[in-house]
Amino acid sequence: MAPVGSASWSFTEEDFNSITSLLQKFLYESNARCSLLVDRTGQLVATVGEQPTFDPTAFATLTAADFSANDQLARLIGESDFNSLFHQGEKESMYLADISRRVILCVLFDNRTTLGLVRLKMKGVVDDLSKVFDLVFSRGAAGATSQPGLLAGADDEIDKLFQ
Amino acid sequence: MSMINYASREINCKIVYYGPGLGGKTTNLEHVYGKVKPDTRGKLISLATETERTLFFDFLPVDLGTIRGFKTRFHLYTVPGQVYYNASRKLILKGVDGIVFVADSQLERMEANQEAMQNLYDNMAEYGYDLTKMPFVIQYNKRDLPNAAPLKELQAAMNPGWEVADPAKQRVTPDPFHAGENLIEQLPGGEWIERATYFEAVAVTGDGVFETLRAVSKLVLKSLA
Repeated sequence: MAPVGSASWSFTEEDFNSITSLLQKFLYESNARCSLLVDRTGQLVATVGEQPTFDPTAFATLTAADFSANDQLARLIGESDFNSLFHQGEKESMYLADISRRVILCVLFDNRTTLGLVRLKMKGVVDDLSKVFDLVFSRGAAGATSQPGLLAGADDEIDKLFQ
Repeated sequence: MSMINYASREINCKIVYYGPGLGGKTTNLEHVYGKVKPDTRGKLISLATETERTLFFDFLPVDLGTIRGFKTRFHLYTVPGQVYYNASRKLILKGVDGIVFVADSQLERMEANQEAMQNLYDNMAEYGYDLTKMPFVIQYNKRDLPNAAPLKELQAAMNPGWEVADPAKQRVTPDPFHAGENLIEQLPGGEWIERATYFEAVAVTGDGVFETLRAVSKLVLKSLA
């Protein structure tokens, strides 16, 4: 099994467009409000749908921690992982699903839809997104090295920043 | 693993404050939170127990400035120091770009410091990271206490240096923060060693907090260059 969230990866504008259109279709079909993609290390990758009113950086960090903690809980009871999590609130709820063990899809929804519909539609979009991300990760190392050092030769600027 | 977002022109890096329980990791973050301008930092998230002991982690995002048109955003994390929280501690190290080890200078905490350092090495190794090859800074905290160990003793115990095998790196490199000291040097026995950059600090008053943060952030950015 692939290690969780290790090694560099990058995706292109084309990847981003296909990810966005898959998520838009999913939001339309499930009537959910918003979906966020979070990297396993806690970095926010993308947001589609209604713009969140909360701090998305903090949200992404806590999502990754939530998922990691539940991964460990799964192992304690003899499962390899929990590939989805559901948190129910009075009005707002969220559903989280693992994608290719590198990314977490987090969907926020309210009482305009039902858990059943979200879960049903989520299955499809997770499969589709997994295909996209598998492709991204198989390019992985090559993609990362094709743009060597964004900050190459920027030593002076870095020094200046810390004066 | 840093994240570079070309669309929003941001570089996001992850820095983890590691060290024994009650050593001052959270205090470091609280000081940074209190001192930087509100528009350059996010919320300080603390997952702590009722007695303010860190249970899972503290988290604070800060912007340190712009390089090549990219905003440099650092995500600062602390880990719970107590020995029995290792499972959550290890999770926080995932994808780390730089480490600050906050050591407690008090003589009676020497063993706890060493245990935490060993634990850091072990947890990093399990992820396949080599601590000696990544941005790593040591902070000796609580220097104001009467029972603080002498710096020399702390350095000998916590930062004795690791062997430099690469001949290209085997040249004397002075420590920019401590005149007359070297980060890389040759021991009388002929062996080349490298030590981590270190700082003295009193986190409750803020002494040394920003020096530490600046040093580790700079090392992280240089590692991307």
